[in-house]
Amino acid sequence: MTLLLEVKDMTMQFGGLTAVSNFNLRLNKGEIVGLIGPNGAGKTTCFNVITGEYIPTKGQIVFYISENVNGQIVSKEIDITRSRPDQITKLGIARTFQNIRLFKNLSVLENVLIANHLNVKSNFLTAAFKFPAYQREEREMREKSLELLKELGLEKFKNEKSSSLPYGLQRRLEIARALATQPKLLLLDEPAAGMNPQESIELMNLINQIKEKFDLTIFMIEHHMPVIMGVCERILVLDYGITIAEGTPKEIQNNQKVIDAYLGVETIA
Amino acid sequence: MTLELFLQHLTNGISLGSLYALIAIGYTMVYGILRLINFAHGDLIMVAAYIAFYGVGIFALPWYLSFFIAVLLSMTLGIITEKAAYKPLRNSPRITILISAIGVSFLLQNLGIVLFGGRPKAFQVPEIFAKVYNFGGVNIVGVTFFIPVITVILLILLVYLINFTKAGMAMRAVAKDYDTSSLMGIDVNRIISLTFGVGSALAAVGGIMWSLKFPQLIPTMGLMPGLKCFIAAVVGGIGNVTGAVVGGFLLGLGEILLVAFFPDLSGYRDAFSFILLIIILLVKPTGIMGEKIAEKV
Amino acid sequence: MKKKTITSLLIILAVIICLIIAQRTLDSFSLRILNLSGVYIIFAVSMNLINGFTGQLTLGHAGFIAVGAYTYSLLIMDSDLKQMNFFLKPLISPLDTLQLGFFPAMIIAGLLAALTGFLVGAPALRLRGDYLAIATLGFGEIIRIIFTNTQSITNGSLGLKGIPKPDNFFFIKMDNSLMWWIWVAAIITVVFHLLLIDSSYGRAFKAIREDEKAAQAMGVSLFKHKVMAMVISSFFAGIGGALLASLIGTIDPLMFRFTLTYNILLIVVIGGMGSTSGATISAIVVTVLMEALRFLDQGFLGLPELPGLRMVVFAILLLIVVLFYPKGIMGNEELTWSKLRRLFGKPFAAKEVNR
Repeated sequence: MTLLLEVKDMTMQFGGLTAVSNFNLRLNKGEIVGLIGPNGAGKTTCFNVITGEYIPTKGQIVFYISENVNGQIVSKEIDITRSRPDQITKLGIARTFQNIRLFKNLSVLENVLIANHLNVKSNFLTAAFKFPAYQREEREMREKSLELLKELGLEKFKNEKSSSLPYGLQRRLEIARALATQPKLLLLDEPAAGMNPQESIELMNLINQIKEKFDLTIFMIEHHMPVIMGVCERILVLDYGITIAEGTPKEIQNNQKVIDAYLGVETIA
Repeated sequence: MTLELFLQHLTNGISLGSLYALIAIGYTMVYGILRLINFAHGDLIMVAAYIAFYGVGIFALPWYLSFFIAVLLSMTLGIITEKAAYKPLRNSPRITILISAIGVSFLLQNLGIVLFGGRPKAFQVPEIFAKVYNFGGVNIVGVTFFIPVITVILLILLVYLINFTKAGMAMRAVAKDYDTSSLMGIDVNRIISLTFGVGSALAAVGGIMWSLKFPQLIPTMGLMPGLKCFIAAVVGGIGNVTGAVVGGFLLGLGEILLVAFFPDLSGYRDAFSFILLIIILLVKPTGIMGEKIAEKV
Repeated sequence: MKKKTITSLLIILAVIICLIIAQRTLDSFSLRILNLSGVYIIFAVSMNLINGFTGQLTLGHAGFIAVGAYTYSLLIMDSDLKQMNFFLKPLISPLDTLQLGFFPAMIIAGLLAALTGFLVGAPALRLRGDYLAIATLGFGEIIRIIFTNTQSITNGSLGLKGIPKPDNFFFIKMDNSLMWWIWVAAIITVVFHLLLIDSSYGRAFKAIREDEKAAQAMGVSLFKHKVMAMVISSFFAGIGGALLASLIGTIDPLMFRFTLTYNILLIVVIGGMGSTSGATISAIVVTVLMEALRFLDQGFLGLPELPGLRMVVFAILLLIVVLFYPKGIMGNEELTWSKLRRLFGKPFAAKEVNR
């Protein structure tokens, strides 16, 4: 097992309010890990700290990348605690948002193309004047994006305005867009929110499918218990910013603390 | 610098600062409710000054009556402006309504040129404001003394209005949460009109006192003070009435003392407020008394 | 792709032919309006890049234009002319004797404006929304106040008079060479912006406008791209400033008050935020309209002279656009052939459907 991401003793405070305290997480390559907890437990805050949206009050976040040095694979650790979101995305951590944040007025294809921009080598002048090197880049970007759209079944909507897609497909497009940044780690913030059972099953299949296809590690927040129990190998439970349990879906289902935390809010299926 | 001279500068600064504060309150109140930089606010200074001027000069009214009418008419104009140019855009992107405000400012200035002429006019300062009073060796022109006094009286009235009346409570509620307030049965439109009315009235008083202090009227006279007072509001923390007052005094005192201590820099007097603005925005973007609003991701 | 290039070239050719005809037939007053339109195209299109496409409301354009205008004027005037202008305080060396040709002077004007854009943008673009608007407005004013006070460089409030016009267009001597410079610069500005927006960078700009957080999560560096848009925008503003100085022949700091920025913003709004073709059309319409309405100031229908009436009408027009057509002429779309055909060729389209 190779370690991919490590969050060490992370605490996030806003003013006097502690949103998350002493959060620890070790993600191994190829895992699908779930993060659950009642509303306001600090789940999205964890995401925002990992993706660089917030700088934690305390603690450290380390991302491990393997590099090819003279034919040898060397693992390198990078401290991303204070990195900006775009730098973190470039290192290989992509995310989706709880309340879908697509580029609403742009087409489906453009949404995915933008996620390719981080790999563009041409500068703005050679790009504007369409130098051959840039044309090649643009062509590759388009091919890759179209392939990705096809993979996720969005190809026929490529020229539609992204906001005109039905809700479920918008969620899908957000995933496609995140995949286009070529991540090693994908963070999904409530991907099944607002989906009916049928769509949830499709989503579960999709998550497994892209995990294999793109060799991903996935860390996801979800309220929808069937989805999280069906997909995740390991689950963390947050309540009032404190990690109250960690374990396999089975262990979590029978954990008294978890049941207490959820009592009256939602029953674990 | 002698103590007397310093005190003279200080009183000058306080008097200018209270003018700024008075006008800044209008900006801050409107911003608090509509999240709009009301660019036309500064032009109400000009409108009030001209009405007061014509009231005395042409209609031969006593100055206090003329000033009162000027404040009333400017107030009405402020309310009409909101109804005509901002209300229809309440659900539009913020930039659209901002541009509408710029358009109104443009319109008022040019209407001023058409109606009042582009040439400067000399404002008749009533005797009571023009007299020089001596306070223990410090010579003070009446207007320099009266401006802070009137400002303090108006501030007390405003604080009373906002904190201790039903309308004031509604104003605070609308500023806090627009949608919920309307659900709670507050007549949001009436409250917005009231806000514009109060803000405009203060700007009008400010405008008249401005012309008592600098008795030369031109249609674009509202531009610079308008901008500076907006800066005062931002520096103090926009949306916060106390902040606007603090910002106003900071700006007024800073400007006067800068020129007093560094006469060589007097040409940069107008730049002072802008530099202060930029420093504040970079160090504490929400202003001195502003609250931090974290964006939800 | 190819077809688009050909049609674009055809449009440019058509514009050039129109210019040749204009140059032969128009009187000097009309030519001046034509040239002013060209300059305003440059101003509006460049401001649209940062305000319309990148979605960052900045109000410092007048400052960048001033930097361009002053740089150009100080580089193009000869030492005698400078001495005549600077009678209160002499111009500092080496500016007092330095003289460059039109093209290098204009390019340096653009570059210095771009540098100013960087110096303003790097701190200011960390701010957002209204705060950014006021901060940039403040920077613009500071630039103007500095220019008013640096007597030995800018001649202070006296301004510069007798700024020469170019007598050649790329070494070809001709009467109206300034018109060619202006319009070639305008065409290049428009084409460059269209191409830039059509590239990956353009998409990144639009992504920032649509949703900053999401753009950043997609790996778009906000700071880099915002500053980039600002620098490009101010470069073209500087070029426009140089051409404006050359066209008008006299500059002083009061010309570059924020009223100038507002005027350009209004053009952009009327054209449609985020549309280069909209800004272009609007620049021409507004400039021509401003001149056409000039009769209002001079008294008409037996009315006495009413200076300012023209601007009143203009302000009302603007308010009408903002209140009733907030998307402007083009919204955030570009003018395309298919749109033109739809506009003018409805009967043809109907026939095709019938078949």
